[in-house]
Amino acid sequence: MANSARFDMQAHVRRINSQDKVATGILTAIVAFVLLILAAIIIYILVQGAGKLFDVSFLTGEPEQFRAGGGIGPELFNSFYLLFLTLLISVPISLGAAIFLAEYAPENGVTAAAKTLIETLSSLPSIVVGLFGFLFFVLMMGWGFSIISGAIALTMFNIPILVRVIQQALEDVPRSQRDAALAMGLTRWETTIHVLLPVAMPAIVTGIVLSAGRVFGEAAALIYTAGQSAPALDFTNFDFTSPSCPWNIFRPAETLAVHIWKINSEGVVPDLEAVSNGTAAVLMVCILAFNIIARLVGKALERRLTRE
Amino acid sequence: MAQSLPKLSVERIGKGVTGACIALVAILVITLVAMVASRGISTFTVNGINFFDFLTGTEWNPHQLDENGQPTVGALPMITGSFAVTIFSTLLALPIAIGSAIFVVEIAPGFGRRVFQPLIELLTGIPSVVYGLIGLGVIVATTRDVAGMFGAGITGYGIFSGSIVLALMILPTVTSLSIDALAAVPNEYREGSYALGCTRWQTVWNVVLRSALPSLMTAVILGMTRAFGEALAVQMVIGNAAQMPDSLFTPAATLTSVLTMGMGNEAMGTVYNNVLWSLALLLMAMSLIFILIIHLIAHKGAKHRG
Repeated sequence: MANSARFDMQAHVRRINSQDKVATGILTAIVAFVLLILAAIIIYILVQGAGKLFDVSFLTGEPEQFRAGGGIGPELFNSFYLLFLTLLISVPISLGAAIFLAEYAPENGVTAAAKTLIETLSSLPSIVVGLFGFLFFVLMMGWGFSIISGAIALTMFNIPILVRVIQQALEDVPRSQRDAALAMGLTRWETTIHVLLPVAMPAIVTGIVLSAGRVFGEAAALIYTAGQSAPALDFTNFDFTSPSCPWNIFRPAETLAVHIWKINSEGVVPDLEAVSNGTAAVLMVCILAFNIIARLVGKALERRLTRE
Repeated sequence: MAQSLPKLSVERIGKGVTGACIALVAILVITLVAMVASRGISTFTVNGINFFDFLTGTEWNPHQLDENGQPTVGALPMITGSFAVTIFSTLLALPIAIGSAIFVVEIAPGFGRRVFQPLIELLTGIPSVVYGLIGLGVIVATTRDVAGMFGAGITGYGIFSGSIVLALMILPTVTSLSIDALAAVPNEYREGSYALGCTRWQTVWNVVLRSALPSLMTAVILGMTRAFGEALAVQMVIGNAAQMPDSLFTPAATLTSVLTMGMGNEAMGTVYNNVLWSLALLLMAMSLIFILIIHLIAHKGAKHRG
């Protein structure tokens, strides 16, 4: 009786050890599965669109609505132009907001409310941001479906991401550097500009380039702001009011991501699958490039900083 | 004294300009919430549609009048669709996300930092339309073909395909937040557990996961927020039929899919258009509720730790 009730230590150790091995095995399998999915997604997109990826007439040609053989030239340009304008607006604002939050913000209710508002913005669905852009910029301001409406909608989508990255980068600067600068008699502003920002720069630049990848692929915020049509562009046209002038910010501009969505939801282009797979492959190559550039630039800046 | 004055004014300008940036962002967010809310409410105040009929009605057909002479605008089919894809995709993604987070934090940290996390970051950057396209080309087609082998004639569009696409989409978000959550558990906890003779799995299960629970819940809810608000990827694979879903494999609709499809077709000010804004308001309210839940968890966690 006493014998059978006694705790069998050896069996217990065997049991917990085999549990440990089984758990490790399952976890390894899960990670392998995730890596497999990632590889499958990237390879699928690149292979499906491989035929179009190096086809110059596809990359530079005009899109077709009802015939096969359309290109994505204007969409490609629009995507980069929109990205450029978005960064032009969102980087300074985010930089200012992040500096204020990291360096100046007093610990009070107003600061807490501002932080909550930024957090709210980051959790709002991008379609809601797009619909607000439609209501406010497209209709109320009368800008119509235009690059500028799209760029501001994307700015709203991008600001919370950037503010978080920049604020984190500033707060990660060792406390001693900040203290030393302030002790030398520099003001907070001088400390930020001359000491903190240079140190935080690698992380900030990496963050900006990674966010550029997110902006580049965003579509839901754009379908009702930058619009779903891509007028033919004439690069010799410098009449800034003409819809064919590439630099005109008041013309509608469909991007690559919106193009994929639009042709699939309309479903009238005969070579729908080839065009959308090709566009997706181009989009994917750009996203991969943004990721690689972000890492290379971050590393290069870091090296320059530590060498001095 | 005279020398320090320019410094002071630069300081003031710096503080003013950066403060203006944050004020601008705050004003934009408040304007957004106020404008979407005021348009969304006009369905009930201007068009006189009953709010509870809107929430619980199971028929969505805004161009048809019901027995009271009002447009038939029951939003329950879309609300059900949105919650269904959110819950199923979270259930699918959660074990994989937390499992891989445990692996890279507890078992192979070097591999995690150098290989896994950059790859997960790359996965986060893949545009949602690309996920939608994969959903169309692979998931919808495979679902249809597999069901066909068992003699079931379905289109492949529906909540099932939508959930899988969303699970793929939120997987990287939930994974990287879970990695942060587990990495934030102090090492002393693990050492204490190992010193008591616990195995690695016992340590993970009883110590690490327990103490990371509030942050893990935050990770899950942020994933759900993303799934609930995703528009285009879901719209491409859900089938866009605004009817009460009676199976995972019949075409359905979500709040976002109806918004995406409908907003361009209706003139501003019509009842149909106003009802679409009410759907947008619902969507916005839901993401505000998710944020509130995250705050409550953080608050409770802070209290718990003292």
